[in-house]
Amino acid sequence: MIWNESKECMSRDEMSHLQSKRLVKLVNYVYHNVEFYRKKMQAVGLLPGDISGIEDITKLPFTTKDDLRDNYPFGLFAVPNTEIVRIHASSGTTGKATVVGYTRRDLDVWAECVARCMTMAGITKDDIIQVAYGYGLFTGGLGAHDGAQNIGATVVPMSTGNSKKLTTMMVDFGATAIACTPSYLLHISEVLEAEGLLDKIKLRAAICGAEPWTEKMRNEIEEKLGIKAYDIYGLSEVMGPGVACDCEFHRGLHVCEDHFYPEVLNSETLTPVADGVLGELAFTTLTKEGIPLIRYRTKDLTSLDRTPCECGRTSARISRFKGRVDDMLIIRGVNVFPSQVEAALVDCKEVTPHYMMIVDRVNNLDTLEIQVELDPKFYTDEVRALEALNKKIGHIINQALGLNAKIKLVEPKTLIRSEGKAVHVIDKRKLY
Amino acid sequence: MFAKQLTIFIENRTGRLCEVLNVLKKNDVNILSLSLADTTEFGLLRLIVDKPEAGKERLAEGGFSSLLSDISIIKIPHSVGSLQELLEVIDNSGVNIEYMYGLSIEDDNAYVVLKASDAEKVDKILDENGVVTVGCEDLIHIK
Repeated sequence: MIWNESKECMSRDEMSHLQSKRLVKLVNYVYHNVEFYRKKMQAVGLLPGDISGIEDITKLPFTTKDDLRDNYPFGLFAVPNTEIVRIHASSGTTGKATVVGYTRRDLDVWAECVARCMTMAGITKDDIIQVAYGYGLFTGGLGAHDGAQNIGATVVPMSTGNSKKLTTMMVDFGATAIACTPSYLLHISEVLEAEGLLDKIKLRAAICGAEPWTEKMRNEIEEKLGIKAYDIYGLSEVMGPGVACDCEFHRGLHVCEDHFYPEVLNSETLTPVADGVLGELAFTTLTKEGIPLIRYRTKDLTSLDRTPCECGRTSARISRFKGRVDDMLIIRGVNVFPSQVEAALVDCKEVTPHYMMIVDRVNNLDTLEIQVELDPKFYTDEVRALEALNKKIGHIINQALGLNAKIKLVEPKTLIRSEGKAVHVIDKRKLY
Repeated sequence: MFAKQLTIFIENRTGRLCEVLNVLKKNDVNILSLSLADTTEFGLLRLIVDKPEAGKERLAEGGFSSLLSDISIIKIPHSVGSLQELLEVIDNSGVNIEYMYGLSIEDDNAYVVLKASDAEKVDKILDENGVVTVGCEDLIHIK
């Protein structure tokens, strides 16, 4: 089934025409409502009138996560707060969060896009869906919730953190669908197996996202649970989950192109590459009112495919992600930058600024260990003092990342000093 | 009086303790007593050596940071109940003991290394009660 055939199956010409119309309107809108964009356009001698169609998009300057940070919290909003009905936030590269705001219409568009994705996964109003993304500032929970509600499914807002309750309700309610991170779903499958509940579930579809995953993981999920698993993509800056999703043919993720214009850029020259060529993904939010973004660089590496899909949709598809341009990690669905750890440790005088993050996946759940070097100046001969220090650092890190990490104190001068770019991360998960 | 104790933070991994001891051996630093406090992640190696200051320097040259701290080495009679009596004296003063370990034993005397939450107070109490505390150098000739 297709949720919105008129948009999802448009001819390429019609889509291009619609995108052109919307881009022209968007550029006028941001020029007059967001000082940041007006200044940026003026700096390169660009007026709204210079943009007459989607092919002119390359004239426009890029927007980055740093721009959001520099204009924290509401500097890039195009409407006054009276029009904003929801705020979400994700991790910034340093202490400050990346804040986004939605108008009522933005939330409607979001629920529309997620509804398209859920429909791609075969979910209908007859389904009972457990939403097991975190509810809160993170866009996963509420985003999936609104979309599922939009198609009329029975939504069970589980949120995260209680696997036992989730599996019990999955069986008792006869849940047929679930939305959560793929690693969490694998963990859930193990809990079900351990409790002997695997043959008692009615689950048939899962819509997984918020972290990169492999085809191998999809096969494992599908085999273990006897379901179909779909890949949903999004980022809070652009909207949240629902920017793109894959259909039953799993040949890339269909982008909701009438709302989010995708470009794939050469990492060096930042010029668009040909379809099929790997590069950095950027989005322009064609219809967003709250915090419209022009050519927002996602730092995700992918390629575009604009050929029609067997499912009947004509929308551009992005390939499975091949990695990141920056050093951002996604741990248990939470975006983590090594620079956040660095910033947090600076205030802790008992340790040196040297640290190493070791990310792994144990029993399908991500683990983060942070090794920090003791500063010899603050040596102690008491175990109690070291345990207290360990606890203190754990707390600081939790505050900074919104994630529990295992802290390991190590001897001074034992962490690797690299001569070039410092290596702060060992990721053993092999996600790409 | 106080004596000097050498403390080395070591990660809980194979061979690490041996590496520390190797530095001391090569530099002719004699260990008179030791205590190894272990947790799952790390250990604290506390040493009473014949040359604490030199030991610290040699360890630093060998790549190991260490700490010199003041502890009490207390001489007690080598007889049943003497340690208990010592602790009674300390407990009565309301001072908490952070850690303690045994040291060389002579025919008539034994020695315990003790670190209290309030070292000054303990030292004073021991003096007042006629308990003898010694320095590292006093232990070297114990056979």
